[in-house]
Amino acid sequence: MSPIARTWRWIREHVVLALGLLVLTYMFVPIAVVVLMSFNDPGKSKNVYTFRHFTLHNWMHPCAPAGMCHSVGLSLGIGLLATIIATIIGTMAAFGMVRHEFAGRSLANTVIFLPMASPEIVMGSSLLALFVSTQVALGFVTILIAHVMFCLSFVVVTVKARLTGLDDNLEQAAMDLYANETETFWRVTFPLVLPGILGAALLSFSLSFDDYIITNLNAGQSTTFPMFVWGAAQRGVPMQVNVIGTVMFLIAITLVLGNELNNRRQARALATR
Amino acid sequence: MSQASDGSRSLHLSQVTKEFAAFTAVKSIDLEVPHGSFFALLGPSGCGKTTTLRMVAGLETPTSGSIRIGDTDITYAKPYQRPVNTVFQSYALFPHLDIYENVAFGLRRRRSPEVDRQVKEMLELVELTSQARKKPPQLSGGQQQRVALARALINRPDVLLLDEPLGALDLKLRRAMQLELKRIQTEVGLTFIHVTHDQEEAMTMADTIAVMNAGEIEQMGAPNDLYENPKTTFVANFLGQSNLIAGKVLGPDGDFVKVDMHGVTVSIPVSRAHAAGADGWIGIRPEKVLIAAVGEEIDAPGNHLDGGIVTDVSFVGVSTQYLVRMPWGQELQVFEQNTGRRRLFAKGETVDLSWRPEYAFLLDASQDVTAGIEDD
Amino acid sequence: MARPGRNRYTGYLLLAPGALWLAAFFVIPFYSLVSASLFDPNGSVLTGYKMTFHVANFATVIRVYHSELFRSLWYAGLATLICLVIGYVLAYAIAFKGGRWRNLLLVLVIAPFFTSFLLRTLSWKLILSDHGFVVSTLQNLHLIGSNQHLLNTWFAVVAGIVYNFLPFMVLPLYASLEKIDGRLVEAANDLYASPFTAFFKVTWPLSLPGVVAGTLLTFIPSAGDYINQTLLGSPGGRMVGNVIQSLFTTTQDYAGAGALSVILMVVIIGLVLVYIRKAGTEELI
Repeated sequence: MSPIARTWRWIREHVVLALGLLVLTYMFVPIAVVVLMSFNDPGKSKNVYTFRHFTLHNWMHPCAPAGMCHSVGLSLGIGLLATIIATIIGTMAAFGMVRHEFAGRSLANTVIFLPMASPEIVMGSSLLALFVSTQVALGFVTILIAHVMFCLSFVVVTVKARLTGLDDNLEQAAMDLYANETETFWRVTFPLVLPGILGAALLSFSLSFDDYIITNLNAGQSTTFPMFVWGAAQRGVPMQVNVIGTVMFLIAITLVLGNELNNRRQARALATR
Repeated sequence: MSQASDGSRSLHLSQVTKEFAAFTAVKSIDLEVPHGSFFALLGPSGCGKTTTLRMVAGLETPTSGSIRIGDTDITYAKPYQRPVNTVFQSYALFPHLDIYENVAFGLRRRRSPEVDRQVKEMLELVELTSQARKKPPQLSGGQQQRVALARALINRPDVLLLDEPLGALDLKLRRAMQLELKRIQTEVGLTFIHVTHDQEEAMTMADTIAVMNAGEIEQMGAPNDLYENPKTTFVANFLGQSNLIAGKVLGPDGDFVKVDMHGVTVSIPVSRAHAAGADGWIGIRPEKVLIAAVGEEIDAPGNHLDGGIVTDVSFVGVSTQYLVRMPWGQELQVFEQNTGRRRLFAKGETVDLSWRPEYAFLLDASQDVTAGIEDD
Repeated sequence: MARPGRNRYTGYLLLAPGALWLAAFFVIPFYSLVSASLFDPNGSVLTGYKMTFHVANFATVIRVYHSELFRSLWYAGLATLICLVIGYVLAYAIAFKGGRWRNLLLVLVIAPFFTSFLLRTLSWKLILSDHGFVVSTLQNLHLIGSNQHLLNTWFAVVAGIVYNFLPFMVLPLYASLEKIDGRLVEAANDLYASPFTAFFKVTWPLSLPGVVAGTLLTFIPSAGDYINQTLLGSPGGRMVGNVIQSLFTTTQDYAGAGALSVILMVVIIGLVLVYIRKAGTEELI
C-alpha cells in the first residue's frame, strides 16, 4: 500500500466517525435550545429569541398560557385513540397480507404505499374536500379519521416486516407441541410479533402528536398542540411550549434508551455465560 | 397416552402419496415402524424423506393413502391431536421463552399435572438443569439441540420424529450426540424416526433403515443387511462405496449364479442376485477385495482376477486405498487394512485381485450405475 | 403446511377494516380532490360548487403559481441533495465505525423526532435570528455582510427542510449500508488503486437501494412542506404548499387548490418514476 493510501486510510478511520458525530450534534442543537428555553424568563419583552434570565417559573406553571394545556390534552387524546385504532387495524391488515391468499395483492400494496408517498398537503386538502362535500362537521372526529389514515401505512409496513421475518417453524413447533390454532397464535406468534407492533404504535403516536399540516386543514374549531404552537408563533411563543417539548422528548428517550439498555444487558449476559 | 401393548402403538403408512403443484414428492410408500424401534429414513436431499416425516407430524396432509398409529387413523388429524412430537432441524426453540418454559410447553398445553417435577427430571436427563432460566439464544448449538430433544421427549409421544437434528453441529459434537441420542432412546423406549442424509449417522444409530430415492423406498432393512446385500445400484452407491462391474449371467449352479465378467467366470450366491435379465452389475465392496502380488496365494476361492495395474495409492492410516486398472479398462477400488503384515503396493505395479463369492452381489443391468453417488 | 382455520375469506376479513379506511379517507378524497379541481372556479362556500369540468383551472393555476411550484421543486431537490451528502456520512459512520454503539447511535438519529417538529423549527428560527450566535459569528468572519440576515432567506428555508427530513434519509441509507459485508469493502480497498474508486465501485452501488428510498422519503414531503417556509422564509418566497394551504383555508378557492394539488402530485409522481427508472431499482415500489 502506498504511503498516500495509508495516510488516507488513517484519515478515513477517524474523520468519518468524527463527521458523523458532528452531524448527530447538529441534529441535537435545536433540542438543546428547546430545553434551554424552557428555563427562560423573557420578562415583559416580546423578544422570545434571547435567553434573559434563568427561571423555574415555566416548569412550575406549565398551564399558564391560555388554552395550551387544553391543546396538549386534545393532542394526547387524539394521539392515543389514533394509535390504538391504527395499530389494531394495521396489524390485522399486515397479518392478512402476509398470511393469507387474496386477490388484488399488488393493488393492496399500492394503496398502502401511496399515503407514505403523498405530500401531506395533498392528503390533508383532499380529505378536507371530502368532508366539505359530504358536509361532515370538522373537529375531533375528522382529526381522528385523518390521523388513523396516515398512521395506518406505517403500522402495516412495520408489522409486515416483523411478520415476514418470523420463522415458520416456530408456529409449526407449537402445534406439534399440542397448542391449537388459538393457543399457537397467543402463545407464540403474537409475543414474537409484539415488538414490531409496539414499535408501530410508538411511531403512530409520535406522527399523530406531531402532525400540523393535515390536522390544521381538518380541525375546524379544535386546536391541537402543534396548532397552538403555530398560532402562538405568530404572536410570540410562550416559554411553556418548550416545557411540553422537553417532557415529550424525555419520555420518548427514556422509553427508547431503556429498551436499548435492556437489550445491552441481555447481550452482556450472553457474552459471559 | 395409551398404555396398550407395543404392537398396537406401531406406526403404519400405507400407500401414502404427496403431490405438490409441480411434482410428486412421495410416491405411494408403505412403511411399518414397530413400537420402540429406532428407524432411519435415509436419502439425498429432495428424496421425499422430510415430506414423509412432515406428514407423520401432521404438518403436511397426504394427497392419498393413510397413516395409522396402532388402530388409530391419524392421516388428517391436526398436529396437536396426534401423539407425535418433532425435533426440528433448526430446533425451532421459542426465543421468547426460557429453557424451562420451552420444555414445559407441551405439558402445559395438555394441562398435564406435576409439570415442575417432569420438567426438572427431563432437564436432568439432558444435563441442562443449570441452564433452565436462560433464553435459547444464550445456549450453544449442542445445548439447543438437547433442549429441542427434551421439549419433544417430555410428552412421551408414541413416535418421536427427528428431522436432521444433528445437521448444524460440528463433527465431534455430532458423534457425541449420536451416541447420546441412542442412549436416550434405549432408556425411554420410544419409537424414534430419524431423517438424515448422512449414511454413517443412519447406520450408527438406527435398528432399521429405509433408503429413499425420488419419493420411493428403495430398500429397507437392518443397517448391515442393507450394506452387505444392497438390492439396487442406488443403495449400493449411497450406503458406502461399491465397485460395479458389467457382467453376463451364465446361469444357476446350485446355490450360486455364474456370471461372466469380461471373460472371467465369477459366482454370486442366489440370495444376493437381484438381476432379472441376462445382463447385470456385479457389485463388490472395496474392503472385500483382496490385493496381492502376481502369483501370490490369496485366501479366496474363486473369483480371481489377474492383470490389474495399480494407478493410485492413498494411505489413510487405518487402511490403504488403491485404484487398480483392470484389463477391460475399468478402475476398481480396493481398501486394505493396515495390519502391518504386508508391504504397500506402488503405483504402476501389476497385481492380482480376488474376493470371496459370498461377498459379491448382482444388480439389475437396467439400473443407472452411477445412481446414489454423491457429487461431493 | 395446511394452515388450519385459514379459509379463503379470513384474509379479506383481516384486510377489510384497513382497506376500507384507506379507501374511504385516502382514495375517495383523492378522487374528490381531482373532481374539485374541475369545479366552476366562480363557486364559493356560500353559493356552492358546481361540477363544470372546468379543465382551464389547471392552466390558470399554472399561469399564476408556476414560480411557487418551481421554487418548491428546487428547494426540495437542493435539500434532498444536502441531506444525501450529510446523511450518507452519518449512516456510513454508524454502519462501519459504530461498532457496539451502532444501535445507540441509531436511537439518537430517531430521538429528535420526539420533540415537536414545529418546536424544532422554531428553534432554528431562534438560532438563525439576527441576534443569534450563528449570524454574529458569520459576520465576524466576514462571510456575510454586517447588514445581511440568514432568517427570512431561502438559505434558512432549505436549512430547515434539511434538518427536519434528515432522519428520513439516514434510516434507509443505514439499512442498506448495514447489509454490506465489511470485508467486501476491505477487499475493494486492496483491489482498486484509489479508495475513491473502491468506494464508487463497491460501497456506493451496494447502497443504491437505500439512496433511492432515502431521497424519495426526503424529497416528497419536502416538496409539499410549507412549515419551514412560513417560519423561516420570507413572505415573497412562498412554496406551493403555502399556496394550496391558503387557497383552501383563506380564499376557499377549492377548484384552484384542487387543481394545484393534483398538479403537485402528478409532478412528484412523474419525477419519482423518471428517477427510479434512472436509478434502475424498479423493484423498490
